[in-house]
Formats: sequence, structure tokens, C-alpha cells
Amino acid sequence: MMRFLLRRLGHAAFLLLGVSVLAFAFSTLAPGNYFDEMRLNPQISAERLSALRADYQVDRPMAVRYARWAVALLHGDLGFSFAYNTPVAPMLWTRARNTLLLTGTATVLVWMLALPLGVWSAEKRGRPADVALSWATAVLLIVPDLALALGLLVLAVRSGWLPTGGMVSVGFDGFSAGQKIRDLVLHLVLPVTVLVASALPVLLRHVRAAVAEALEASFLRAAEGHGISRRRLLYRYALPAAAHPLIALFGFSLGALLSGSLLAEVVMSWPGLGPFLLEGILARDLYVVIGGVLLSTLFLVAGNFAADLLLYWADPRIRAEAAER
Amino acid sequence: MSTRSRLIICVLVLGALHLGVACAGFFAPYDPATQDREHPYAPPMWLHFLDAHRGIHLRPFAYAQESQTGSFDEYEENRARVIPVRFFVSGAPYRVLGVLPLRLHLFGADVPVYLLGTDGYGRDLLSRILFGGQVSLLAGLIGAGLTLSIGLCIGAAAGFWGGWKDEVLMRVAELFLALPWIYLLFAMRAFLPLAVPPVKAFLLVVVVIGAVGWARPARMVRGIVLSAKERNFVRAARGFGATGGYLLRRHILPETANVVLTQAAVLVPQFVLAEMTLSFLGLGVPEPLPSWGNLLASLQHYNVLVSYWWMYLPALAMVPFFLGYLVLASLLQGSSRATKIEVASAGV
Repeated sequence: MMRFLLRRLGHAAFLLLGVSVLAFAFSTLAPGNYFDEMRLNPQISAERLSALRADYQVDRPMAVRYARWAVALLHGDLGFSFAYNTPVAPMLWTRARNTLLLTGTATVLVWMLALPLGVWSAEKRGRPADVALSWATAVLLIVPDLALALGLLVLAVRSGWLPTGGMVSVGFDGFSAGQKIRDLVLHLVLPVTVLVASALPVLLRHVRAAVAEALEASFLRAAEGHGISRRRLLYRYALPAAAHPLIALFGFSLGALLSGSLLAEVVMSWPGLGPFLLEGILARDLYVVIGGVLLSTLFLVAGNFAADLLLYWADPRIRAEAAER
Repeated sequence: MSTRSRLIICVLVLGALHLGVACAGFFAPYDPATQDREHPYAPPMWLHFLDAHRGIHLRPFAYAQESQTGSFDEYEENRARVIPVRFFVSGAPYRVLGVLPLRLHLFGADVPVYLLGTDGYGRDLLSRILFGGQVSLLAGLIGAGLTLSIGLCIGAAAGFWGGWKDEVLMRVAELFLALPWIYLLFAMRAFLPLAVPPVKAFLLVVVVIGAVGWARPARMVRGIVLSAKERNFVRAARGFGATGGYLLRRHILPETANVVLTQAAVLVPQFVLAEMTLSFLGLGVPEPLPSWGNLLASLQHYNVLVSYWWMYLPALAMVPFFLGYLVLASLLQGSSRATKIEVASAGV
């Protein structure tokens, strides 16, 4: 168990290291930085500019900057934002929390929908119900996320049923606890719907395929022959047998939801990592961008690590393999 | 219907769709950059066959839109002014596929007719959607081509050489797979110049999109190369003294054709969407060059979103293409289960 854990942790650390190097390499290869824009501003003198450049050490070689940044990172310091003139980390944490709230809700919801629907359509495979469901997922699949997000926004704006921007209403601080939750949930509806609708069709197809394959297995025929109830057959026998590919899929679904949330956040002006990152890119705010990318990778790696643990717990083959090594 | 004939129909339909966009100049009545400052945000005009006196016209016509005095974006149909639509008229010059200069348009009228309305500069939305499709689809096609070539090279190299080279290449691939891909796209775009001329920006976007997605095809190609390497006919050829390059070219790479084609059908719409996303966010193809993404960018303004519903139409232009590619991918994946799973997960 320990060895398995350590291997997976080492793998995760390697990925994070690689991504940070990659992001840094792109930043050095890129022409221009935050201070180049300032050079055009006649109110900032050349001396002031060179002092600033020296302060932020943008002219040092990449390896040196990377080393300093990495050491600072170990102290929980993600660098300094040029545009906001404050450390990146605290700003990033609030944004990341909001993104986590959004993607977390969407992840839970999408799996809660995909599992029963997938099992159900696998049971009814080939019958009208299954065909209808696969048509419905196909429709969701061919509508691009962007179109869906904008369409929902138009609907919400026109009907006025749901709040269309931000995370909370004006005067949120004065609300009672119950009102706060209600307000937050109302604001979550639109972006979460977009995320669920974009991730659901693919997951559903996977669940259906995996369960359908398990249902063909002879041990299930045997179980059926023993007169075990349909429900128990599906959820107690078929679903665990199909668990392996589904748990592996969990990691991928996190990546898709993180990517999707970026777009949904920008369209619905949800104050998460997405709009923050976009601003950072447009302002050439180096450490904001690197921090944002790194944090999103961290989420994904953490999700994959959780999936690995789950797999270890759920699949005896993995346990046996890990014990052999 | 057999799978083969379905495949042929699907390819024909997709081809026709692409041909329509490639000949955007012919189907679009106006140049996408022509501004009509008298008609900003003009709503779509309907084509009529029945006039106010219940007379039937064989030639479709539209009613002229006249702006209300004191308002810049409110129009009223003038039922008295009938604009007959004429077909195969000569109009704004354009080039088919960038080479063949022509002036012939499918339809036109003496007074501007905006079938899908106009944007804030009075530019015809139908023309912009058609020309924007050229940009977006080209970005998707070239991006997919780029990704597949990179993936094919790296996957073949990793699978064929094996050993530490394989190990290194696959670790790098994992790195690319580990990142949420839009974040990766952002990160790459972030450090490239922001304000560049449209054509250069287009190339930049294509390269960025193409460079991001190679990891998955590379892994799939590697898997196929690994198994193909040990097939008996390959071993026989090797025994007869075939060189590595010959083996790859003649025996191993043809085995990957099915996977590469399927991946192409999956990647093209994905990359068109990537271009749309980047341009929508202002990081992709800039104005005045239209693309499906930057046509939607104006919807980020609340008043456009609320007042001018037709500005949303470019979002739907992609749907028939998505449908075509989805059907193509599911037909191509055929009977082999391994590819089926990979195709499905590629959509994640």
C-alpha cells in the first residue's frame, strides 16, 4: 500500500514539476513582458522603469528566476502580480475556491446523473428507451459548449428567472445564512447546467458501454439464473465489475470539467480562475498566469490521485499487482 | 444500409458543407467587411412570396427596413417598398479558395437585403458567418493535421524505438495530458504576442491549437506500432533485411490509418471549437477578419445579448458540421472495440 501510494505521489509531483517548467519555458521564449507596455507611457521615466525591472528581476536568466520562484513556492508564495501589485497567492486562493465550488458541484451532479442513466440504458440496450436516450446525448454532444452557455444566458436574461452574472447578489453580506445559501445556489444554476450538459453525454456513453460489457459476462448470467433481483444484479454485480474504467474516467472528467468551467466562468462572469487567468494573459501578468495554470493542474492531479486510491480500494487486481512489486 | 454506403453518404454531406463554406463568396451576398452605417443592428429580413394583397409572387421579395427617427437601432418594415430578390447577380468581388477571382453571387437585390440581420457596423451577418466559417474550419482542419502529424511521428518513434526514448516521450505526453486542455491552450497563447495582424494571428492560433493535442493520438499510434512491430509479416520483412524506415513506411504505419482517420474526425470539430473559444475570448483571430468565435464576442456585452437575438446565430453555424463529424467518427471507429473506447474518451 505504501509503495503504491509513494509511486503515485511521485508521479503527481513529477507532473507538477514538469508543468511548472513548461510554463516557465514558454514565458521566457515569449517576446515582451509586462514592462514593455510601460515603456510607451511617457509618464514613466527610463530610470524608474529600469529600477522596476531590477526589482522584479525580469532580466535575470530563466534558470535563476525559476529556481527562485520554485523555492518561494515551497513557502507557499506564488510570486507577485505586476498588475495588482500584490502577492498572487491570496488572490489565487479565493478564485480557486470559487472554481472548486463550481466544478465540484458539477462533478457530483454529472456523476449522479450519468451512473443511474447509464446503468438504466445499458439494461435496456437496443430498446426504444435506450435509443431515445442515445439520441438525446447525441443532441447534447453536437451543440458546442459556447453555444449552450450563450443560449442559456440569453434565456435567463430574457426570462429573468435566474441571476445571470457573478456569484452573489448585491447586499450578500447583509443576508441571513439561509438567504445566502439560496442566493449562491441560484447563481450556481446556470454555470453548473452548462458544465453538466457538456460533460454528461460522454460520461453517459462510457457508463453505458462499461455496464453493457459487464452484463454480457457469464458470471452475471449465472447470477441471473440464480434468481437474483434485477436491481441487485445491476447495482451490486454489474456496476462493480464495470468500476475500473469508470474510476479511470473520473480523472479525465475532472480535466474536462475544469476546461469547461473556464469558458462557463467567463461567459457567466463567475469570479473563478478563468476570468482571472484571462485578465492575467491580457495584461501579461506572468506569475498570475503561471500560478493559475499550475493550480488547475494541481486540481487535476489531486483528482487523479483520488481516482488511483479509489481504484486501489475497488479493484483487487490493482492491489495484487501493487503487492507483487 | 451497409456501413460503407453510410460512410460514403456522410463524407459526401460533409464535403458539400465544406464546399459551401469554401465558396462563401458565392453564397454570401456581400463582402464580410463592407459596412452599412445606415443599418446598424438591422434585424433579419424575411423573404416573402405573398404580398399584402394576397398576390403570389414567384420571385421572393423582402420589405425595405427604414430606421425610426431618433433611434439608431429600431427599424420598421415599409410594406410599400418591395425589394425583389434576384438570383445570380454580379456584386462585390471575391476569390474562391483565395485564387479564382469572381463577382457572381447566388442572390442580391438593388437595396441591401440582410437575411440574418447586421452587426453593430451594419455588416451583413450571413456573409460574415459564411466567411467566418472559412477561418474557423480552416483553423480546425490545419490544426488537426498538425496535431496528427506530430502525434504520428512521436507515437511511431516511441513505439518503434522503445527503451528510454519511449519512456521519455511518453512521460512528456502524460504531461500534456495532465493539463486541462483549455488551460494549456491559454498558457501557450499567453506568452505569444497579443496584438498581431489577423493573418499572423490566425497562423499563431492554428499552431497553438495544433501543438496542444498531440499526446492522445501519439499514445494511440504508439500502441498500434508496438503490436504491429511483433506481427509475423513484419518480423519476416525484418528477417529479409528490411531497414527501419522501410518497415515503418511499408508495413507499420499503414496499420495506424484507421486510428488516425478516426482521430481526425474527432479532432477537427474539437479544434474548431478551440478556435471559437480563443477568438471569443479575444485571444484568437481578431477583427476585421470574421471567425465563428469573434462573431460571438459582441455577445459579451449585455445590451447586445438582450436586444439583438440574431447576433447569437453564429453559435449555431457549427452544429451541422459537428453532427457530420460525430457521425463520421462513429462510423469510422468500426468494429474494433479498442478504438471505440479511445474515441469516446477523446471527447472528454
